[in-house]
Amino acid sequence: MMNYLLEVEELVTKFYTVDGVIHAVNGLHFKLKEGETLAIVGESGSGKSVAMMSLLSLLPTPPAKIEHGAAYFTRKNGRRVNLIQQKYHELNDIRGGEVGFIFQDPVTSLNPILPIGKQISESLIRHLGLSTREAYEKSIELLDRVGIGDPKLRYRYYPFQLSGGMRQRVMIAIAVACNPSLVIADEPTTALDVTIQAQIVDLFKKLREDLKMATIWISHDLGLVATLADRVLVMYAGQVVETAKVDDLYERPMHPYTIGLLGAVPGMGMERSKRLVSIEGAPPDLMIPIHHCPFTWRCSRVEKRCWETRPPLIELGGEHEVACFLYE
Amino acid sequence: MINDSSLLSVKDLKKYFHSPMGLLGLQTSVIKAVDGVSFDIHRGETLGLVGESGCGKSTTGRTILQLYKPTAGSVVFDGIELTNLPLRTIHRLRTRFQMVFQDPYASLNPRHSVKRIVAEPMVIHGLLRGKELEDRVAELLELVGLNPAHMHRYPHEFSGGQRQRIMIARALSVKPDFLVCDEPISALDVSIQAQVVNLLQELQEQLNVAYLFITHDLRMVKYISHRIAVMYLGKIVELASRDSLFDTPLHPYTKFLMSAVPLPHPKIERTKQRLILKGEPPSPANPPPGCVFHPRCPIATDICRQITPALEEQTEGHYTACHHAG
Repeated sequence: MMNYLLEVEELVTKFYTVDGVIHAVNGLHFKLKEGETLAIVGESGSGKSVAMMSLLSLLPTPPAKIEHGAAYFTRKNGRRVNLIQQKYHELNDIRGGEVGFIFQDPVTSLNPILPIGKQISESLIRHLGLSTREAYEKSIELLDRVGIGDPKLRYRYYPFQLSGGMRQRVMIAIAVACNPSLVIADEPTTALDVTIQAQIVDLFKKLREDLKMATIWISHDLGLVATLADRVLVMYAGQVVETAKVDDLYERPMHPYTIGLLGAVPGMGMERSKRLVSIEGAPPDLMIPIHHCPFTWRCSRVEKRCWETRPPLIELGGEHEVACFLYE
Repeated sequence: MINDSSLLSVKDLKKYFHSPMGLLGLQTSVIKAVDGVSFDIHRGETLGLVGESGCGKSTTGRTILQLYKPTAGSVVFDGIELTNLPLRTIHRLRTRFQMVFQDPYASLNPRHSVKRIVAEPMVIHGLLRGKELEDRVAELLELVGLNPAHMHRYPHEFSGGQRQRIMIARALSVKPDFLVCDEPISALDVSIQAQVVNLLQELQEQLNVAYLFITHDLRMVKYISHRIAVMYLGKIVELASRDSLFDTPLHPYTKFLMSAVPLPHPKIERTKQRLILKGEPPSPANPPPGCVFHPRCPIATDICRQITPALEEQTEGHYTACHHAG
């Protein structure tokens, strides 16, 4: 039997708001191997960020509530723990220590009144038990490693003194500081320009190789995912609609949503006279619980049974799974 | 570069902003947002304007439409010089050119019905009234793929993609010849982006309207444009037909930009040698002397540090501003 670093089972997260219940994640299911890079792709509101934040109990409760599910994480000491039911203290040992998190917006996720170096050494002291001096030296080394020139000077810089790309480098340094076995990156390059994005992705790939860490990379950019994922999981309305190895997904997309999504991105050789494949309509309202396939409203190949029950994830072989009755 | 058949001809356009500096704000620093931009656009043509944030592409669009008063340069629209016209005349001319904004959430009045939003330009210009106006609104909504029966609804009842359609309907209501589309799809999800881009393409074929399509998305700009201009720090560094630009990019910045775009093909991506551009763009308040790109350019020499290269034609219709091109 294969040993997985992370196994997420039937995760359900809802938000209880004054306007009603938002069904953000509706049964997410996936496994992650050691050292593997999984990309979670989906449009805004598909539940990809909420799912990842649920795993590490980063959502404010209330309004959020994890209704159901488990997430088994294999710790460095070999213990297999369910993240969802962890006590606060043990969870804090894991977060920042064994699991690093890189958020989309480095402006709001760095402390504006603390020098960046301190923000890196903070987690080194907490998790690795280093002395202040040792943590300082390790932080300088990390700043250098993520490509921030003159690290001794920059150690004392505040976030506002750095550009967006530089701040994201600091976020990466914090995330990888304690040598985590898993890093979750939530759209880390979405706010950046394309040439800066290329710099960050390049850096990230190098670190991933050096540190042999597994990665969950959340994105809506199918081009970006193609450059760095081993496996891709496509989410729609809080559910998994398709998961496959990266080559497989781009060459043989199966779910009508995945096919539409790939068709909506113009290829570099695409003629102007051709039309893009567009998916008509808009994603469903998550205030209403959906008990059938969530894509029915926009699907061109919808059948009667699609409106009746939710299709299970169907195994197609070669780790390719799709939640669609067409392949039953 | 000036061509008689062109609808719009922009020449050496400049827009400088003055921002207060120092403790009391008594001194000002000059931000050269647009610094000598020239191009023209023909009837029914799409010119893509690409560049990274802060390069001045949005300011260019707004200055052309006289939403900002240009600091220098000329904008000739269908034979009329716009830069020295009184505001009242420009207001009247606005039926000929319109704008589609980036953020479909911020640019529609939440307290106006869709009917009022779409009708407003026609009311302002006194084009139609009463029943005729309502019929025209219905016709426009249908044209952009919305249900005319929804004209009494308010913007919050529509999704982002639908709001962008409302904005396009409003812009088209006065039958303009030219639209500035300022990042019209970047706030939208991928599947919705394709809907809006397809709509813009169809409308161009039907109405022969010209677009200045401002974006940072190179894949989309290649798909939608006839010709493309690449901007960096207030200047156009390269301008060519889309095929010529993508097949034989001449400016080092364009090459980096193209290499940085990830393609949705894992196999190609894995083997591709990606060129990584070092550093970050300098501030437009303090642009470097000579070629604005030289601090990041791998092939820069002494001449680049001293003399600003002019935008020159290298091959037919392919212009670039680089001392080492060709």
